[in-house]
Amino acid sequence: MSTETLDKPTEAVVAKKSEGLLSKRRKKFISDPLNDDNPITIQVLGICSALAVTVKMQPTLIMSIAVVFVIVFSNLIISLIRNLVPNRVRIIVQLGVVATLVTLVSEVLKAYSYDMYKVLGAFVGLIITNCIVMGRLEAFAMGNKPYDSILDGLGSGFGYAWIILAVAFFRELFGSGSVFDIPVFQMIGWENFPTNGLMVDSIGAFMVLGILIWVQRSKTGYVEH
Amino acid sequence: MQQSNGYVILFTAIMTVVIGGVLALASEGLKEAQIKSIELDTKSQILGAVMDLGDEDDVLAIYDKRINSLVVDHKGNPLKDEVAEKVNILKQYKKLKKAQKFEAVAAKKEKDNDAAGAKEMMKKAEELKSDVALPVFKFHQEGDADNIEAFIMPVYGAGLWDKIWGYVALDNKLQVIKGVAFDHKAETPGLGARISDKEIQNRYKSKEIYNDSGELISVTMVKGENNSGLTDHQVDGMSGATMTAKGVNEMLKTYLGCYQPYFKTLKTGGGVAEALY
Repeated sequence: MSTETLDKPTEAVVAKKSEGLLSKRRKKFISDPLNDDNPITIQVLGICSALAVTVKMQPTLIMSIAVVFVIVFSNLIISLIRNLVPNRVRIIVQLGVVATLVTLVSEVLKAYSYDMYKVLGAFVGLIITNCIVMGRLEAFAMGNKPYDSILDGLGSGFGYAWIILAVAFFRELFGSGSVFDIPVFQMIGWENFPTNGLMVDSIGAFMVLGILIWVQRSKTGYVEH
Repeated sequence: MQQSNGYVILFTAIMTVVIGGVLALASEGLKEAQIKSIELDTKSQILGAVMDLGDEDDVLAIYDKRINSLVVDHKGNPLKDEVAEKVNILKQYKKLKKAQKFEAVAAKKEKDNDAAGAKEMMKKAEELKSDVALPVFKFHQEGDADNIEAFIMPVYGAGLWDKIWGYVALDNKLQVIKGVAFDHKAETPGLGARISDKEIQNRYKSKEIYNDSGELISVTMVKGENNSGLTDHQVDGMSGATMTAKGVNEMLKTYLGCYQPYFKTLKTGGGVAEALY
């Protein structure tokens, strides 16, 4: 295509520097979303699923894997075809790619982990509308090379994953008295651990998330303008 | 050139074909595994009403060895063409609900001295009911299909937020609940969602569905938790989930009622353990 020839000179310039596979610049793609630019706690995206799937650790883990998979591969695919995508329909194209990947995830879950499919069914489908995924495609993958896009996807995906896993850890611990369905309080001999119903409810997720954001921002010193 | 209408149309067309192809392939390729996992899920739910299944248990093998299923109509006659495992319980539930509505209208018309109207409504309800397929799963001893331990029936209803469903197992005398397995779509976690906990389901064990004179009164979950002085027809409730409990009660009553004609044929026909009759 015509634009490809236009792009080539600039790509060549970057290549000349022969950047390391994990150069400082690239490391930032991964490390930034984990903390300083976290999609959930700083950008406050993807809150819906962060509330919905974090009652227990196991579904949360599956959800995290699904989201990381979808972000990484949609970033890769969009980045590969970024010079072919007509500008006027780019959102539809991004949506198409994301929806396809999400549907694949959901079909695989249905086939090989039906229990998880029953728990997560609707929320896996909602990854399509997860702002983090679309946001990374539009903001990063449309303008960067495939390898960088994969790194960016990994960063954002894990940034999302560790937050919802942290939320789920506290919710399951205090709401059900277990971690990954292992009754930890019973194991240390605390038989009648008073479980907190609030933690099982979405409100519990809001509170845990709020505390997480508080702790994180007091450490990073991030202030909203 | 890239911004021309022709290019845009061509691009989207190709994208649609590629995406459609990928999804169609995935769907076809995974179909078998999906059907298998749904079957496994249904069968573990059915068996869940009578036994605790561990992770290592081969559900399908146990099911094959110990379950004999049939489908009956609302008069208790067996329907030979239906396969119990394939009956769409939601569809049957909708027919039942509609029939119940007609019956309610009929009762109202009866009150208003509109005998003809009431009769017509009853006829409509009857028509709907005669179309309902009711599956029964007979849980028998291994290798002895005549030695039935429990009759398992599906139940379906409405909770507070969305559908609830499950399986109820009655003992071989059709008197006492042997076990239940409930599940739900969207009951409140920690409150109504507790109906899927074994702890709640165990409360139904060995409760009686008939009173002393043989009338069906089902089993009701009472309001509040830690109640004392529960009768043989009551189970302790879940605090904060009265509406879900109401749905469960309604569901049990409706379905146990539906199966009464079939139970009667069993009792008179000698299909039930003779000790009692």
